[in-house]
Amino acid sequence: MDRRAFLRTAGAGLGLVSIVAVRPAGATPERMQAAIRRVVGSAPVTPGRVKLEVPPLSENGHAVPLTVSVESPMTEADHVRAVHVFTEINPLPDVATFRFSPRSGRARVSTRVRLANTQTVVAIGELSNGSFWSDRATVVVTLAACLEGPL
Amino acid sequence: MRLVGAALFGIVVVAASAPAGEIPLGERRAGYDFMSRETRAMQDDDTANPGMLWVLEGESLWGRKVGAAGRACADCHGDARTSMKGVAARHPAFDAGMGRPVNLEQRINRCRVDRQQAPRLAWEGRELLALAAFVARQSRGMPINRVVDPRMQAFVDAGRATFYRRQGQLNLACSQCHDDHWGRRLAGNVIPQGHPTGYPLYRLEWQGLGSLQRRLRNCMVGMRAEPYEYGGREFVDLEVFLMWRARGMTIDSPAVRP
Amino acid sequence: MARALINVPGQARRGEIIEIKTLISHVMETGHRRTEAGAPIARDIIRQFVCTYNGAEVFRADLHPAIAANPFLVFSTVATESGTLTFTWTGDNGFSVTESAAITVS
Repeated sequence: MDRRAFLRTAGAGLGLVSIVAVRPAGATPERMQAAIRRVVGSAPVTPGRVKLEVPPLSENGHAVPLTVSVESPMTEADHVRAVHVFTEINPLPDVATFRFSPRSGRARVSTRVRLANTQTVVAIGELSNGSFWSDRATVVVTLAACLEGPL
Repeated sequence: MRLVGAALFGIVVVAASAPAGEIPLGERRAGYDFMSRETRAMQDDDTANPGMLWVLEGESLWGRKVGAAGRACADCHGDARTSMKGVAARHPAFDAGMGRPVNLEQRINRCRVDRQQAPRLAWEGRELLALAAFVARQSRGMPINRVVDPRMQAFVDAGRATFYRRQGQLNLACSQCHDDHWGRRLAGNVIPQGHPTGYPLYRLEWQGLGSLQRRLRNCMVGMRAEPYEYGGREFVDLEVFLMWRARGMTIDSPAVRP
Repeated sequence: MARALINVPGQARRGEIIEIKTLISHVMETGHRRTEAGAPIARDIIRQFVCTYNGAEVFRADLHPAIAANPFLVFSTVATESGTLTFTWTGDNGFSVTESAAITVS
């Protein structure tokens, strides 16, 4: 396979200025559950089939590597529709929603997330048959010893 | 034989024997060795290393004509992969015109002002960091310069004095953490030895790329000391000393650090 | 000026699952921070990433402030035919960046 890195620049597009959301009081396990409910509705969520990979200890909460995968044949009849990621104590519970299709080949995505402190991360897998599955992991987050002053 | 002749033949000026507490050369380890597996993986993969975004931008700036002279870096220096190889590994370097060492960012700005007739780039600004990252990237894998230019000795010594001097409200010297307690923990972080092998680097705490001087200012603020000004003599002399202290270690710019 | 770094194979066999890595420069300002004086700093994030393959959407991500600065995304897609993969990031303050890569599938 011939891999190559592909580099480009792009200018900023024109468009609307978005409205800044009012800052919430801060996430709690209850708010995370509410956020999960907004996605799954009244359907049950079964632990399993989803694999959430995060390091157990993170040197810096600004960029914690996260990989989530769901075992699935990824056929038209049986595939993963989406994976939703949540945190327990970040200011907002939602982290991201990744949408897959049979064209994905495999339901697996990696990214880097911000974790405000030591906490639990939850991943919910949504399958094409309407069922929901989950995995959770706890990350211990260490903070920088010396904070930066004004630049 | 005149001293100048000796220097031309590359005779190494051996520095004075090290003060007690200095890390033995064989025990030196780069900041990379103290990082978690995940952070190392971020540095090792050029397609995942955020520092590479600045390297790309620097590559683009390298070819851009600027200033009253309408000249790009490439117009004089050609392909940076060849012309800039080893440059970061031997900076700060003595600048005869100024009679003292200049670091890589100052060297870039000297070219901007003198050759391109363009205004200086701001310290810690995106353009200067991008160019420095692009140039430093060309030295990746190379050893930091071992030979001490005899003209630099006074500045190595001045930088060493700063490194061993207690400062700030906490009355701490750099050496107390980075010579005496490296490998131990400070509030959950592992204390590295403090070798500048990977600058400019992407620091997760900054969520961006920054220079050695920015990192040193962080330390000074942490020690509750008044940080030196960017480009000030204290910083450049300290950088000279730190590079001498790290002589022979491998450049890994643009590094990723927590 | 935004910079994007995309890693995608130039060639693949039909039916092969290929891995695509993307990295884009963006501050991802959360909207939770305040200035030294205490004034809130407005949110400024990339909210969506879409990958299309010859015009058909093959992957989409909805992003929130918890995604780290300079967002990094690795995902896969099945190499079905030769053509163009496009990558579009959109977000606050009219942010919109599109990059493309050609792929040859044999």
